[in-house]
Amino acid sequence: MKEFSGKVLFLDKSDINTDEIIPARYLTEITKEALKPYLLEDLSLAGFNTKEDIKDKAVIVTRANFGCGSSREHAPWALEVNGINVVIAESFARIFRQNMYNCGMFAIELPKDKIEYLFENYTGKDTSITIDLDKDKIIVTSSDKSEEINFKVGEFDKTLVKEGGWVGYANNNY
Amino acid sequence: MGKTIAEKIFDAHRVNMPFPDTHVLKLDRVFCHEITTPIAITDLMARGIDRVFDPTKIKAVIDHVTPAKDSKTAEQGKILRDWAKRHGIKDFFDIGRNGVCHAIFPEKGFVRPGYTVIMGDSHTCTHGAFGAFAAGVGTTDLEVGILKGVCAFHFPKAIKFVLNGTLRPGVYAKDLILFIIKELTVNGATNMVIEFTGPVIDAMSMESRMTLCNMAIEAGGTCGICYPDMTTVEYLWGFIKDEFNTKEDALKEYSQWISDADASYEKIYDYDVTNLEPMVTFGFKPDQVKTVNEMSGTKIDQVYIGSCTNGRIEDLRIAASILKDKKISDDVRAIVSPATPDIYSMALKEGLIEIFQNAGFCVTNPTCGACLGMSNGVLANGEACASTTNRNFNGRMGKGGTVHLMSPATAAASAIEGTITNSKI
Repeated sequence: MKEFSGKVLFLDKSDINTDEIIPARYLTEITKEALKPYLLEDLSLAGFNTKEDIKDKAVIVTRANFGCGSSREHAPWALEVNGINVVIAESFARIFRQNMYNCGMFAIELPKDKIEYLFENYTGKDTSITIDLDKDKIIVTSSDKSEEINFKVGEFDKTLVKEGGWVGYANNNY
Repeated sequence: MGKTIAEKIFDAHRVNMPFPDTHVLKLDRVFCHEITTPIAITDLMARGIDRVFDPTKIKAVIDHVTPAKDSKTAEQGKILRDWAKRHGIKDFFDIGRNGVCHAIFPEKGFVRPGYTVIMGDSHTCTHGAFGAFAAGVGTTDLEVGILKGVCAFHFPKAIKFVLNGTLRPGVYAKDLILFIIKELTVNGATNMVIEFTGPVIDAMSMESRMTLCNMAIEAGGTCGICYPDMTTVEYLWGFIKDEFNTKEDALKEYSQWISDADASYEKIYDYDVTNLEPMVTFGFKPDQVKTVNEMSGTKIDQVYIGSCTNGRIEDLRIAASILKDKKISDDVRAIVSPATPDIYSMALKEGLIEIFQNAGFCVTNPTCGACLGMSNGVLANGEACASTTNRNFNGRMGKGGTVHLMSPATAAASAIEGTITNSKI
């Protein structure tokens, strides 16, 4: 199982597409590691610095419809090779969400008000998040407080996270 | 309660439900291209399970960068080519015989009503035009599809568009789908199948239905679907004539893949589209749509006619009818990419290629290249492209570039004018 804990990168924008997460010009790479320098290279977001802001982050918190557009699994891979195995959002595009779980990574949906709460209370505060897989809880910690937020995850998704992805599961069961 | 076409296809293909709302379906087709498949192949090899579930159900093509532009893309092609050969995948379309995946696979008769289809490409939703359930997936789903011939999906909720009236001259499937995406927004059909029905669809060619279904994903839709009818049978007849005595028999068989009248929908949209105008995008999201008249005069640097959305023969005929005996503006360059070798040949025979060349167009081989800024027409920083493709994302056709999505008619008229222009057909 992968690690689901660490510093948070807040991306305050809806509809971030997979072209922004990893531009098509890098899809000629045939190893996941080669994608590492290009994560979020085409994201246009005021105040976001591609190189500096990604460093040491392990969790992304963002708005609605994250990962829309192209089906490229290079998007979760580019996150993974940068040490980001968790994205928490108001909603996800279907293919991106499935790709995350297929890779044994977390795409967690929280209601809009919870996402808003996280943005309001935790941006710019050196926030960390840990996923408690057994209790379905997100533990949020910043310089001045810590709390737990419940989340829902389907049995299938949880199994994929625990088994490290869909290929191993499918090969054993089909 | 009746069932939607997607529910019926799920029922006919369900292997099991290992978890609540997790439907593992048997696949009729697994389509592959050289961008998303090689990593699946190398992963299967690394796991020591380099196998395919059925080489006759797997179809593969090199289409995104073709011919190879550098050593990396040559390597991607080689991995796919070697794999197809190793596993006896006969329907592999190599350089010279290759076309844009969502144009060449339907053209070869690979998609039938009631089929389940996946591909490591988001525009796989195109094939729903045949009354199939066709969904774009990532490389891992593709890998399992190749190995086991199955894929897992959640229950397909559905929305239905009932499209009444008649599209006016100069208004096409592309204008209609841009209007629909504007109504739905880029997130409005997420996790849902979009059914396109009504007299407007009944009157449409398969090419136009594919244009419509192709962009279902731009509203977040899992698949766009048109019900099979005599137009579907006519398109497929060359491939199915040995299976049926008459076209009526084929239609009867395929008619099982139509939603029941009392099927349940998340929402039904009932529109009369008689007054619809030509549409075009602005900004960086495909739901940012205005009428061409509202955007008229917007400066462009490049015109691109092609792609899995609008690179079919019907599109080339429409564009050529506008470009005949005309020259493109000195301030733009224009590119046309027929989506398959057969479309290219037809365009040659019909004199369309000559019209494009005389107008000042560059005619390229079939490829996806420019649409996603990989090759054959990448934009420079600050440039704008009038394009018949499907995505206007920031940097999509080249870093710092802007894309305006539109119909082939609007693109052709805009090429002549040098700015976004109504085709005035």
